[in-house]
Amino acid sequence: MNDDKSTLEERAKYLPSHTISLSVTLSLFWWINSNYGNLLLLSLGASSILLVIYIAYRMNVIDHESQPIHLSIKIPGYLLWLTKEIVLANISVVKHIWLGNSSISPTLETIDASQHTDLGKVIYANSITLTPGTVTVDLVDDRMTIHALIKENIDTLRVGEMDRRVTELEK
Amino acid sequence: MNLFLEISSGICLLVGCFLCFSGGIGILRFPDFYTRMHAVSITDTLGAGLVLLGLMLQSPDGLVLIKLILILLFTLFINPSASHALAKAALHNGLLPREDKGANKGGDKPSKL
Repeated sequence: MNDDKSTLEERAKYLPSHTISLSVTLSLFWWINSNYGNLLLLSLGASSILLVIYIAYRMNVIDHESQPIHLSIKIPGYLLWLTKEIVLANISVVKHIWLGNSSISPTLETIDASQHTDLGKVIYANSITLTPGTVTVDLVDDRMTIHALIKENIDTLRVGEMDRRVTELEK
Repeated sequence: MNLFLEISSGICLLVGCFLCFSGGIGILRFPDFYTRMHAVSITDTLGAGLVLLGLMLQSPDGLVLIKLILILLFTLFINPSASHALAKAALHNGLLPREDKGANKGGDKPSKL
């Protein structure tokens, strides 16, 4: 667990790929939101991007956590699966809204997360929160406190398909 | 083709509006803070997503499309963080969620503070 982390951190130190990815993202973001073409404004944009990169470098936040490019191959498949889950969960929660209070069974429970890196845990916790019907209330080490609208949601999480997929993602 | 785009955009907007409306109904109907948060997440994810998708189909080319995609992405990144922060703050300040048995009877007071 710690080995994996330190190698990633060292790679982040020696390879400029995170800096490149940050500058490409910032440039695209600047251009999409402004859509200017003349030289003066382009150079002003470029200098502001350089300033932001310098500040990010001083804050020591350019690393594998702010720029998770090592996930970029596997993440589209996971996002597709997550979208499907979100649609299904939406339908179920809307059904319970219209059925009324007697159909829900709110539960607060603690489940285990099997991810090794902080990034994996954050992805898992955010996926749980993003899916309607379940909210991650607390995350301490490997234990997550989940509030669920219906008891079955907790059981589905305990079966652990989402957990397994996120763990596969971080390998 | 144009007609097809118009119709699918209309359907997306309509379903999105229905989901946002259901989210609002849920906020009013559900018994306590935590269950209401689940209703909000409907509006956050598929409600906003389908409305934005409908708007994307209205302008299928150009910069507006990319900007709408950006809005959708940021919504999906920011909302879970906000929900989590709210829920955590509520729990740490002693607001206990209503458990199953109380919610079904409906008569007793919500346990808080």
